[in-house]
Amino acid sequence: MNSVEYLIGGQKVESAPLPVYSEEAIFFLSDLSHVLLHDPVCRAYPDVTSFAFWCRKGNLRKLAASCVDRARRLGRGLAFHVAPSNVPVNFAFSFAFSLLAGNGNIVRAPSKPFPQVERVCNAIKEILPNHPEVEKRTAFVRYPVNQEITKAFCDEADARLIWGGDETVQAVRSCPVKPKCVDIVFADRYSLCVLDGNSILRADGKALQKLAEGFYNDTYLMDQNACSSPQLVLWINGGPKARERFWNAIQAYAEPRYDLQGMAAMDKYAQMCGDAVEHPEVEKVVRQGGNLLYRVELACLPEAAGASLRGRGGYFYEVDLTAPEEMCPVVNEKYQTLTYFGLEPEDLRKMVIGSRLRGIDRIVPVGKAMDIGVVWDGYDIIGMLSRIVQAE
Amino acid sequence: MAFCLDQVLELEPYSLKREEKRRLFTQALSELTRTHAEGCGEYGRILEVLGHDCEKDFAPEDQPMLPVRLFKRYELCSVPREEVAKVMTSSGTSGQRVSKVFLDKQNVRAQTRVLTEIIGSFIGKKRLPLLILDTALVKKDRSMFSARGAGIVGFTMFGRDILYALKEDMTLDIQAVRAFLEKHKGEKILLFGYTYMIWQYVAQALEQAGVHLAIEDGILFHIGGWKKLRDQAVSPQAFNESIREVLGSVRVHNYYGMAEQLGSVFVECEHGHMHCSIYSDVLIRRPEDFSLAKPGEKGLIELMSLLPVSYPGHVLLTEDEGEILGEDDCPCGRLGKYFKIHGRMAGAELRGCSDTYEQR
Repeated sequence: MNSVEYLIGGQKVESAPLPVYSEEAIFFLSDLSHVLLHDPVCRAYPDVTSFAFWCRKGNLRKLAASCVDRARRLGRGLAFHVAPSNVPVNFAFSFAFSLLAGNGNIVRAPSKPFPQVERVCNAIKEILPNHPEVEKRTAFVRYPVNQEITKAFCDEADARLIWGGDETVQAVRSCPVKPKCVDIVFADRYSLCVLDGNSILRADGKALQKLAEGFYNDTYLMDQNACSSPQLVLWINGGPKARERFWNAIQAYAEPRYDLQGMAAMDKYAQMCGDAVEHPEVEKVVRQGGNLLYRVELACLPEAAGASLRGRGGYFYEVDLTAPEEMCPVVNEKYQTLTYFGLEPEDLRKMVIGSRLRGIDRIVPVGKAMDIGVVWDGYDIIGMLSRIVQAE
Repeated sequence: MAFCLDQVLELEPYSLKREEKRRLFTQALSELTRTHAEGCGEYGRILEVLGHDCEKDFAPEDQPMLPVRLFKRYELCSVPREEVAKVMTSSGTSGQRVSKVFLDKQNVRAQTRVLTEIIGSFIGKKRLPLLILDTALVKKDRSMFSARGAGIVGFTMFGRDILYALKEDMTLDIQAVRAFLEKHKGEKILLFGYTYMIWQYVAQALEQAGVHLAIEDGILFHIGGWKKLRDQAVSPQAFNESIREVLGSVRVHNYYGMAEQLGSVFVECEHGHMHCSIYSDVLIRRPEDFSLAKPGEKGLIELMSLLPVSYPGHVLLTEDEGEILGEDDCPCGRLGKYFKIHGRMAGAELRGCSDTYEQR
């Protein structure tokens, strides 16, 4: 345990639960929001800003109000969080969700030294003394991958939130826990986007720009490597004109903003060659803006799309469908987010439920793929991290 | 007129000026592209997706590039398997996938002849007493018979009375080396080895032991990456000086080549410039769009070779970075492009939800 660095708090973390959406938690988080939003350095990080924005009192009150049975809910006790190593602010969301659910928290922060992590931790440290109920329930730790340390933390946990994809989930899950411990695990997922070509042709310049910005934020902003970043673009009414209009807008938006690393460009080119060899469905590849944007055009949707069509850093597969329902046969439990433009989300939800699909947990407009919330990855996180106190 | 390697072999290895070489490469590479598109299904499929028209001839910079890592992932072969005379594997470090290169008889012969032409232009036509700065184990142990072993065995054709200077435990057999040098006193001595092995087991070992071998007229060829030496902040100049310090009067030539393009190697001249021979050429590309970098501008190294006939390795995009220093005007007098290698390009660090284990 010597290699554990306590960024915040210490070994003793209170496990007596709080109610869900407790006043203590809401005051603390809205205080944190205030500090972060008024720190000019934090404002330079859009991810920190969006976290701070999410923590505003108004938003938390709204969430609390929508949790209809909150009066009979209480936290589970102590939650242990394993944050992903290469997404800077996920750890903060994970912590906030669990705190709102009424738990004490031990949070393993990303091992990479992101400036965002330091900023958020400093802000938390600064305000904790004003929030003794939260303070005694909070510890943030950092340690290199070490199964023994993880085991020690798992020993005490009433809930675990395990981010970081399949391998991390496997590794942490292999550590024993108390029989009643609840796990929320975030495995590797696959996401896609469905676009209506007619709506793209009808969109005015401003709407198109907004669409491009949204698509960029869903993909390039996270190197297209987040679980909810679309890999595959499904076209409805996707004539060549609509496609050109869309992709040209993406290229124009990404060109001045995206820093394509040399090896990432190499990876994209090599992947294109590999795709040509491995996937007979590949018809042609369009490269735009040099190596900025790769469009791999597929003749049809391969059954193993979710397992084998995975681009990074601006590498998209696209295919024409006559109706969204044509995606159903390939959707499996790996599919997470479906972003859309020009289609009705309720229709898409009906499709998922009506076709009894094993995947697709989120249907959100283009631009909202990264918007994390208390419902995520198909889980009602607050619900799962709290227990119901039944009285009849 | 069809391109014929035998005609090229009649020329001196550094004798073509820019325009002549460009004509030769346009024709020869276009023919090779056609051959491989027909013979190698995977390669043909890549060209199809790229929309490359094999009917036409293309200038070297417009030839389709194959990422060198593809040889690790696929078995790319353009001749029927029964014609494969030899399968070369790259010396991948443990845990990495190795490249597989399929050579037919003609390809093997061409590699040998071209290597002879290139090295011969530095050392002359006669075989020289050869001191291999490595262990004889590399040629005995089949598991070591990867590019390292093959490189050594390939080089032995330039030597006679060959001595492997390192014992099996990688220590220098000083007695044997002294005896070898004594026997060949007054003769020109040829030395060969892998850069890092030479640094660690010869240069450093001799320096620590305080031993100085007074070779009077030596010529050393060394191959292999600079990565480990760069990590130790050893510059090529420091390497060369250190070699002369412990071995004596030795000309040092680094050379660069890919397991995927054996034979048409690039040799550093007395001015420290890496040279293309008439069998090979280099282009430097900007990673962001693969456009051609200007001389002096760092970029990805693309290598072209006239030799690969049995596998599609004639136009390769490597993962190394380098820069063009000049063309046809090196003070050493050799024609062709000369360049500098900066080493492997840094890996991409991507964001993302799924942890990447090797990074942690």
